[in-house]
Amino acid sequence: MKEQDVVPYRNRVKEHAVKMGMGLVNQTKLITAASELVRNMLKYGGGGIATIETISQGRENGVRLVFADKGPGIKDISLAMKDGFTTGRSLGLGLPGTKRLVSEFLLESTEGKGTTVTIIKWKNG
Amino acid sequence: MDKIPILKMSDFLLVTIQVDLYDQLAENLESDLINMVKKYNSHGVLIDISAVSIIDSFMGRILGNIAMMSKILDAETVVVGMQPAVAITLIELGLPLKGVHSALNVEKGMALLRSKIHNIEQDISIPADDSSTE
Repeated sequence: MKEQDVVPYRNRVKEHAVKMGMGLVNQTKLITAASELVRNMLKYGGGGIATIETISQGRENGVRLVFADKGPGIKDISLAMKDGFTTGRSLGLGLPGTKRLVSEFLLESTEGKGTTVTIIKWKNG
Repeated sequence: MDKIPILKMSDFLLVTIQVDLYDQLAENLESDLINMVKKYNSHGVLIDISAVSIIDSFMGRILGNIAMMSKILDAETVVVGMQPAVAITLIELGLPLKGVHSALNVEKGMALLRSKIHNIEQDISIPADDSSTE
């Protein structure tokens, strides 16, 4: 993933969301969250792999996005999830703000090994 | 290299963003706009984002920067035409776009800019010869 890939990637996410009939507000939240996470991955993780899949659980459909990098990892996850905390020069609302936009948010990180963020946005969630 | 066109309309600069911006394009727009505010002595910047479907924290920061930089160059910034879904997402994300004025459409945005500049002109009552600097 490179900076130029961000916009095409967002478009792929949008295609998946539109295909399952996700509403415009949820689509926008999902794509914004994806954009934040891709940006984090490029800035702190030195790039990585982003995947998109459509999932279903019972009668609910959703989109799952996974962002995996092999960067330095996050030292203190609970600190990183706090509103207003940042190590970079962005606004410091990346992770907690992103979490508010999606249905499910999972952050796994090992120092020195990398970080994986998984998010799910349900069609009606 | 792509570029977002900036139109000069009397005292104002008008920008219509028709595509989803990637980072470099947004940063170029920021510096181009600020340079043009100075060059044309503009008192207002109007940014139409009705075609923008995503504003993330980076894009939000660019809009905030444009507003703050214009402000210290004595120009007001109005963002017009934001899609409702974008507004909902911005607030949930925690990005209130401080310092950026907003209006529903270009017409109302223009009216807002005019009223702001009009107010400023009325406020100036001190004779101009005070300001001779060197």
